[in-house]
Amino acid sequence: MGKKLLLEHINVPGIETLEVYRQKGGYASVEKALKTMTPNDVVEEVKKSGLRGRGGAGFPTGMKWSFLFKPEGVERYLVCNADESEPGTFKDRFLMEHIPHSLIEGMITSSFALGAKTSYIYIRGEYFYVARILEKAIDEAYAAGLLGKNILGTDFSHDCYVQVGAGAYICGEETALLESLEGKRGNPRIKPPFPAIAGLYGCPTVVNNVETIATVCPIINMGGEEYAKIGIGRSTGTKLISASGHINKPGTYEIELGLPVEEFIYSEEYCGGIINGNKLKAVVAGGSSVPVLPAHLILKTEKGEPRLMSYESLSEGGFVSGSMLGSGGFIVYDETTSIVKNLYTFARFYHHESCGQCSPCREGTGWMEKILHRIVEGHGKPSDIDLLWDIQRKIEGNTICPLGDAAAWPVASAIRHFRAEFEEYINHPEKIKDIKHYYSVHQLAGA
Amino acid sequence: MSKEIKFNEETLALVHKMMARYPEGKHKSALLPILHIAQAEFDGWLSPATMDYVASILKIQSIEVYEVASFYSMYNLKPVGKCLLEVCRTSSCWVRGAEDVVKHLEKRLGIKEGETTADGMFTIKTVECLGSCGSAPLLQCGASYHENLTFEKVDALIETYRAEGKRKSYTDLDYKNTL
Repeated sequence: MGKKLLLEHINVPGIETLEVYRQKGGYASVEKALKTMTPNDVVEEVKKSGLRGRGGAGFPTGMKWSFLFKPEGVERYLVCNADESEPGTFKDRFLMEHIPHSLIEGMITSSFALGAKTSYIYIRGEYFYVARILEKAIDEAYAAGLLGKNILGTDFSHDCYVQVGAGAYICGEETALLESLEGKRGNPRIKPPFPAIAGLYGCPTVVNNVETIATVCPIINMGGEEYAKIGIGRSTGTKLISASGHINKPGTYEIELGLPVEEFIYSEEYCGGIINGNKLKAVVAGGSSVPVLPAHLILKTEKGEPRLMSYESLSEGGFVSGSMLGSGGFIVYDETTSIVKNLYTFARFYHHESCGQCSPCREGTGWMEKILHRIVEGHGKPSDIDLLWDIQRKIEGNTICPLGDAAAWPVASAIRHFRAEFEEYINHPEKIKDIKHYYSVHQLAGA
Repeated sequence: MSKEIKFNEETLALVHKMMARYPEGKHKSALLPILHIAQAEFDGWLSPATMDYVASILKIQSIEVYEVASFYSMYNLKPVGKCLLEVCRTSSCWVRGAEDVVKHLEKRLGIKEGETTADGMFTIKTVECLGSCGSAPLLQCGASYHENLTFEKVDALIETYRAEGKRKSYTDLDYKNTL
């Protein structure tokens, strides 16, 4: 069994309640931080831990915290990004639904470190029922003196609120999230200034992912140096992985970073292999935005070394032969999957979710969806593959926020690794009806 | 006659409580949650009159409400059925049969995606990733996620909802319904 820090008590009945959570050692990090440490001590421990943002970008959390501007008399905010919308990602929902107090505890400890009197958890609107669970946990925390005035009898006071969104992938981008939290359209802001200088209501703000904030608790409890011993190299600690697609055991798994990809896919402890004993065709390892890799490149790097579940190993080979750990949204495709049709679902997604501010993204995502639609419908032209390539290249790097890149990379990687499949669709449209697109509900129910 | 667009005392108290979560002068932050409440209270969609009413509560311009309402997928700017069946269709759901679920619903309800049944009970909508990829395929109706769908589960769900005859809203207090 791999090391478990976040999901250690996932199977304990009642772990969603404050009572059971505390019996299992919950809120120890709040006690330790508020009573025995200074805010800077907490920041230093997080720095030492090597924790990197678990939302997708992988930026060192301690460094992000140390950038926070602290002028006298100006409010500072911690905002939790619970907008989890990256296709293939559902680990934050799992954690919030089952162990909501792990996030609330992390919000308090992190807010103490940052000197934030108020924090907001911005959760995607579709997760309304999860917002209810969090609100219940927050109410319990207030009643126990863990939130509100003079927490645990210390000088530190803090209020934490849940805010629901209303359906917009773009609000996972931190400045779009802040706009939305201010009651506006989720249009990303031009940076600089970064939120650490001017974030929510123009005040210095740190925006962190759910898993990142929850991970602060074990870091404070065990100490940053101990935490850094877990994992591999600069990929310290554990990571929640959302596994979906053609695997026997879809779900959320906590892995120690450095686990071989092959073990993750095939071992009974994790995904349990491919359904029906089928062959692996491809994997999107870190949410829909990261490059898709064919089986041989996800299991081994181009150099022939085993590919590991870590920031470095998954990106080994750059975009030519590698990908990214991203959000940990691990989607597995078996030999029957149409890469072209799957890409069409991604292109449709990005077109739908583009906020429309930047022309390359607003127009380009629409064009890519349209071209892919005609290809999957059997009306593709031989020039379409190069046209898709050209469009994605012109979107990448030319937008205010990373949504443009996120829309471009799946297209580029699918063409790079599966060009022949696009050609088959275009040159032999008569065969499309015979191309197996997906598993039917009944086939799976029987599997 | 359409009913008067006005929150009752209890709802109004909740709305003011929400507005108090934000610093002085920043109460516009409560716009998204209040629009959810308004949609649930006033027949499942945001009519111009409803949006104007929300603007008056927050003391902001109507256009500030319109531009937000039109940006987010979960606000309905046209009337929908009492049960809005939102079927996820992005990659992980698609490879596990989301298109089958849509086709089955269309056949079963006698309407196409985007349409509402004549009795005003059901609307079928396809949506992008709902963050339940490990339990695909799924559909959302109100606050409930219905996961690992089979045709039998879809049929049972429709029967249950039809028998209840109630409007389903995101703000419903029920927790996850694993029917």
